[in-house]
Amino acid sequence: MSLPFLVFFACALLAVVGAVRLILAREPIHSALALILLMISLAVLYLLLGAPFIAAVQILVYAGAIMVLFVFVIMVLNAGVEERTDFSKIAKYAGLPLAFFLLLWIAHWLAHAPAGSAIATGAGAPTVAFSTVELSEQLFRPYLFPFEATSILILIAILGALVLARKEE
Amino acid sequence: MSVPVSYYLVLSAVLFGLGVVAFVFKRNVITIFMAIELMLNAVNLAFVAFARAYNQLDGLVFVFFVIVVAAAEAAVGLAIVITLARNRESLNVERVNLLKF
Repeated sequence: MSLPFLVFFACALLAVVGAVRLILAREPIHSALALILLMISLAVLYLLLGAPFIAAVQILVYAGAIMVLFVFVIMVLNAGVEERTDFSKIAKYAGLPLAFFLLLWIAHWLAHAPAGSAIATGAGAPTVAFSTVELSEQLFRPYLFPFEATSILILIAILGALVLARKEE
Repeated sequence: MSVPVSYYLVLSAVLFGLGVVAFVFKRNVITIFMAIELMLNAVNLAFVAFARAYNQLDGLVFVFFVIVVAAAEAAVGLAIVITLARNRESLNVERVNLLKF
């Protein structure tokens, strides 16, 4: 087995372990730590896919900024052990089989992807990384308007967060 | 020899499924937000994998936008959580049932 496969399976295992720990943990802070593990292993996978800029953004923005916000809120609200209630019968008898069939369907679709297509073989996956220069040219030429719109979105989000979290007099 | 893109897609589907499970089964509102972030991450992985499969940069641009929207959503969502905790003195979503049918 070659090195990319080893790295992929190690990171995939870590990511799945992180997701399962997020579900099983009873303390929210443990869930947050499991999610950080998942995000960092996804960043390694982005490196493996040849997207170093996205990997850096993943660690800086997701594992850094967003998760710090989560941990901060958990700390401020002093969130303790989660109360458990029985989940509904619909979820148990309809939801779980449906989720299972969804996974089966996706697996079936992937297995029957046309042989030799880019998805099945990874042949369209050159080992050269996407260059950050090309990405920024995409971002600032054809996608300039959506990019500017996101800055307005962030501004509105900041204002909304301030208004919502303000203590009422 | 590189890893086939379908491996990434399967991992992405599994992570998204686990995110849905967490979203449905968790009772703490902060953890439910984390489940949403988990689903967004799974979708990002699929975007990057498809960008690699078709050797197009547009997928990466979309990942960038998804991350920005996730940041905005986390800021507003956690502000709502703080307000909720202040008003209800609980983080359990079962206690937030004013709009529940």
